[in-house]
Amino acid sequence: MIGLEHYLAVAAALFVIGIFGLFLNRKNVIILLMSIELMLLAVNINFVAFSSFLGDLVGQVFTLFVLTVAAAEAAIGLAILVCFFRNRGTIDVEDVNVMKG
Amino acid sequence: MTVAAFTFYAFAVTTLLGGLMTVMSRNPVHSVLWLILAFISSAGLFVLLGAEFVAMLLMIVYVGAVAVLFLFVVMMLDIDFAELKAEMARYMPLALLIGVVILMQLGMAFGAWDYSEGVAERLAAPAGEVQNTAALGQLIYDKYIMLFQLAGLILLVAMIGAIVLTLRHRTNIKRQDILAQMYRDPAKAMELKDVKPGQGL
Repeated sequence: MIGLEHYLAVAAALFVIGIFGLFLNRKNVIILLMSIELMLLAVNINFVAFSSFLGDLVGQVFTLFVLTVAAAEAAIGLAILVCFFRNRGTIDVEDVNVMKG
Repeated sequence: MTVAAFTFYAFAVTTLLGGLMTVMSRNPVHSVLWLILAFISSAGLFVLLGAEFVAMLLMIVYVGAVAVLFLFVVMMLDIDFAELKAEMARYMPLALLIGVVILMQLGMAFGAWDYSEGVAERLAAPAGEVQNTAALGQLIYDKYIMLFQLAGLILLVAMIGAIVLTLRHRTNIKRQDILAQMYRDPAKAMELKDVKPGQGL
């Protein structure tokens, strides 16, 4: 029987991979957004694992809302990215300095 | 090893491999494809946990919409990705350090973690007769109806925001002028001329 700890370990490893990706791809905003999606996925695995093992469906309801917000965030983030690329011709995070005083 | 355990380990390893290759891959298109693999295998994990509805939602929303959106953007933007990847090795030590530190912190948190009293009985509680999807529907359409509506509102705002951000009016192209079409008078639209034979206009 697979215990709760196994799922938590998978989620923790996936979360750390997401953070690792954030620091590894400092230039490429697209991969940064994908890393954020991975971290949200890890959180969702945690929610669903606890929900399933504690017999409480509210965790899955919360997962639905996390999923919604993640989808909205990806859409807005990619729209901003397309906008930024049109104006500057690059997606390097370090070039995002228009507001620098 | 039972079938359930084997399936769990297969899905878990595939999820982690997909996540790792997403952040390590040199080509962003490959990154998106690895991300899709991670989503699909974690949907498998959700099925193992008995959350079929969330698993199918993950397939539809993430694989069907979000990942394809990423794919569109990666292919639409004309970017020299080789240049972006060139400095990856420079950030590797810092990224590894932070990753290992956070992994150790999570390990310490989970290592010292234990069930409190009375949880053991709840853990053994049967899931009940109601199907997962039906039970979720009874929750979100009844107790959490407000949150459900707010989630819809968030998606609406995101949709309008994405359209407003990416819409642009170019000056040198022809567009449909609806008012001009509506106020157009059929009587003035056409003129009849009596052409004499052999003379022309």
